[in-house]
Amino acid sequence: MENTEQNKLEKNSLLKEALFQLKGNKPAIIGFIIIAAFIIMAIFAPYLTPFSPTDQDISIRKTAPFVTEHLLGTDDLGRDLLTRIIFGSRISLIIGTISVGISLTFGILIGLLSGYIGGWFDNIVQRLVDIMLAFPYILLTIVIVALLGPSLVNAMIAIGISQIPSYIRVVRASVLAEKENDYVTAERSLGASDRELMFKSILPNCIAPIFVQATLGIGNAILSSAALSFLGLGAQPPTPEWGLMIASSREFVTSAWWIVTFPGIAVFLTVLGFNLLADGLRDVLDPRMKS
Amino acid sequence: MKDTNTRETLLSMENVNVSFKTHRGTVRAVRNLNLKINKGDTLALVGESGCGKSVTAHTINQLIPMPPGVIESGKVIFEGRDLLKLNIKEVAKLRGEKISMIFQEPMTSLNPVFKIGDQIAEVFMTHRQISRKEALKRTVDLLNLVKIPAAEKRINDYPHQLSGGMRQRAMIAMALASPEPGLLIADEPTTALDVTIQAQILRLISDLKKDVNMSVLLITHDMGVVAETADRVVVMYAGRKVEEADVYSLFDNPKHPYTLGLLNSLPSNEKYHNAERLEAIKGTIPDLLTIGDGCPFENRCPDAGPKCSGTFPEETKIGEDHSVWCHYLENQEPSK
Amino acid sequence: MLKYILKRLALLLPTLFGVITLVFFMIALAPGDPARVMLGERATADSVEQLRHDLGLDKPLYVQYGLYLQRVVKLDLGKSIKSGQKVSEEIWDHFPATIELTIWAMIFSTVVGIIIGVLSATRKNGWIDFASMGGALMGVSMPVFWLALVLIMIFSVKLDMFPTGGRMNIRYYFTPITGLYVLDGILIFFKSGDIKVFISALHHLVLPAVALGTIPLAIIARITRSSMLEVLNQDYIKTARSAGIKESKVIYRYALKNALLPIITVIGLQFGLLLSGAILTETVFAWPGIGKWIYHAIEARDYPAVQGGIIVISTTFVLINLVVDILYSIVNPKIRLS
Repeated sequence: MENTEQNKLEKNSLLKEALFQLKGNKPAIIGFIIIAAFIIMAIFAPYLTPFSPTDQDISIRKTAPFVTEHLLGTDDLGRDLLTRIIFGSRISLIIGTISVGISLTFGILIGLLSGYIGGWFDNIVQRLVDIMLAFPYILLTIVIVALLGPSLVNAMIAIGISQIPSYIRVVRASVLAEKENDYVTAERSLGASDRELMFKSILPNCIAPIFVQATLGIGNAILSSAALSFLGLGAQPPTPEWGLMIASSREFVTSAWWIVTFPGIAVFLTVLGFNLLADGLRDVLDPRMKS
Repeated sequence: MKDTNTRETLLSMENVNVSFKTHRGTVRAVRNLNLKINKGDTLALVGESGCGKSVTAHTINQLIPMPPGVIESGKVIFEGRDLLKLNIKEVAKLRGEKISMIFQEPMTSLNPVFKIGDQIAEVFMTHRQISRKEALKRTVDLLNLVKIPAAEKRINDYPHQLSGGMRQRAMIAMALASPEPGLLIADEPTTALDVTIQAQILRLISDLKKDVNMSVLLITHDMGVVAETADRVVVMYAGRKVEEADVYSLFDNPKHPYTLGLLNSLPSNEKYHNAERLEAIKGTIPDLLTIGDGCPFENRCPDAGPKCSGTFPEETKIGEDHSVWCHYLENQEPSK
Repeated sequence: MLKYILKRLALLLPTLFGVITLVFFMIALAPGDPARVMLGERATADSVEQLRHDLGLDKPLYVQYGLYLQRVVKLDLGKSIKSGQKVSEEIWDHFPATIELTIWAMIFSTVVGIIIGVLSATRKNGWIDFASMGGALMGVSMPVFWLALVLIMIFSVKLDMFPTGGRMNIRYYFTPITGLYVLDGILIFFKSGDIKVFISALHHLVLPAVALGTIPLAIIARITRSSMLEVLNQDYIKTARSAGIKESKVIYRYALKNALLPIITVIGLQFGLLLSGAILTETVFAWPGIGKWIYHAIEARDYPAVQGGIIVISTTFVLINLVVDILYSIVNPKIRLS
């Protein structure tokens, strides 16, 4: 028993050590800084800009960037582009977190049960996962939103649902690997209940791959929500959502490049931040990748 | 006993130092190594894993990954040329043409997605101007030579279709596909094989060695294999040569405590067992990152004394072809 | 080998059945009455009832499902509400455009991705490696539709090098033969010596294919690099080098063929990404493919069309993955010979 306890402790401290190692991982640090910057932007949005994200002023429409007090210029309705991008970070980060929250909750629950119980239940779940993964991901999201009706909330739900299968896969795989370990057998022989085993013993040891997947997932969700809004299936005007801003800028590709360019850069940077962080996490958490 | 000194030297290494620069620091893998291989001889390089045997072998045919590897100093003289001064093209030409190598794991040493015959034929075609058809014909001859049954059929097999012993034979065939086999480096060639197969492979290597008059550098940790095949032996520990002798002197009169330890761990060898020596060598190999200039065996040595941690010992000549590097030879009891 | 393919085909059927079932129930159980949604708020109760009857929506769900399955098996996907045409015919009209775009995007991303991946792996930690892996990470972080717009802004609007959209110069009148315009262009060239259809088709393809192919390219480059790095550490590479095989041969023949195994799997998965990405890319480039078509069907709540479109796209995806599996087994003798 001492041994298995130690085994678990070592694993936990492995996670801590990994997080500590992240300090030496340059890409991860850059990713973290980018994400932190956007979070700060999101929290303090109203204090960072004197303009409103929705007030229109036709007289200053399509002001070029870097010349007036509208640093990144204004859009076709005269709204300050930078302000809208700053406020947009709120929406994107919220969508990212909530939809990943949805997929995490269901993915962990179903994946744990599927891997732990096994047998017919596992079989059914795996077939369902196969079928869901047979749908191209964005298509699945689009269909779900179309059925629920286009809105930001439904977009979050749709993104969350369509990512569940990949979380089930990740969680199940690590549960299967973890289940075979001695400490699980030992604890079971000491009379630990299934629920205790699943949530207190196995789950904490599967955290690493889930963590990586979730970090990547936030970036993906932000991309997807931008795509949905771009197609008119997500946020509705005048919400300052980045994808929607890009969508409404389409007709200005010939006349006002900044309206197209800057919201896209915002999406790009945020997603890049999460991808960098996820890459770094994978490097330090996955011992196989270490060289 | 053969008079090794009068034989022609094929390869000699002089004062070779090899390190690896890692993010944690410099690993000193091979230090001040001198050795020589005579024409037609088998030199056994013995030691535990991590002692620098394989690094030594890879220094010869320059397969050390650089970076992180650095050959800091020394010479590797082969047929009068210093291999370390050759450019990349000349080295590549030498590999497979005069120096061939076989590896420990026959399971992973053959390319899984190509047929055996094609892999060997490719070596023929690399070093000679011959057609594929001709190369395949010679491959069949070689497979016959290494006693692979039904060679005409086997050339169309993929590695996973052969047993471990057959794969190692195929590896040996590939090594023999070189136009002028001069030196065969065999890196633990039998470790991964069954005992019965081991003996067959070792015999095959010995026979072929005589047939084509090549030299063999045999890398192993197994004193049993050494006794069966080697003419001369170099014992390495943590990157240093600690004892060197012809095979008879070494087994008759082992001097270095580490050599004694190795012989002790031979299962059927009552001769070296006595009450004060333990069967297995205690402790572990020192960390090559932090290792100092003293004798690396100090922390595990039953005879260690105050001098050991300071400097690495000078050579002590025991016999005509027998040297040992140890500060406290006088502490040793006679082993007979 | 044949047995393996048959086994994989047998495994395919339940997945396809599941896809069809899921599509059916997703739409059947969606909130709101489809007939009402299709006809709009101002339609009379009678006309809604009539449509419900026409669509079979007044029957119990299990009957609807049974009828639906029967029709799908006969490849009858129903009629589009919007156009009144057969869904299968509309899909047939739009599919070649998507296939053409997807194939070229795939060729672009695979070829460039593998080259970049190999170069990075063989020059690990050098500046090429650093730049291309940085580029790859940026590639996967970009919204496809935005990249498409930026490409249009730079290469169509500013530099006037490529058209902003469409598949063909509208002044060229020609009857599609295969529906794949580049191929048609070649055929026309051989028939009449007229090369301008071929040129125009290629010219229109460049930007959409690059936009659509960028993310798969980045992913393929990354997987190629890590796969190559792993393979280059294997013993058989040491064997090949120690046997004096030329370094270029060691890398491009001995190592790459092994490294291809995981790459092939990833390429298969990218097709899913491409097919979904096609919806966005086709919308931006006014590309008359199935992605744009299904998007309009979704907008118009044309449920039979949406159902049919999803089934066809998913089936294509599943079939492509089957082809990829077979390819995989051809490259990997361990599977082929077992």
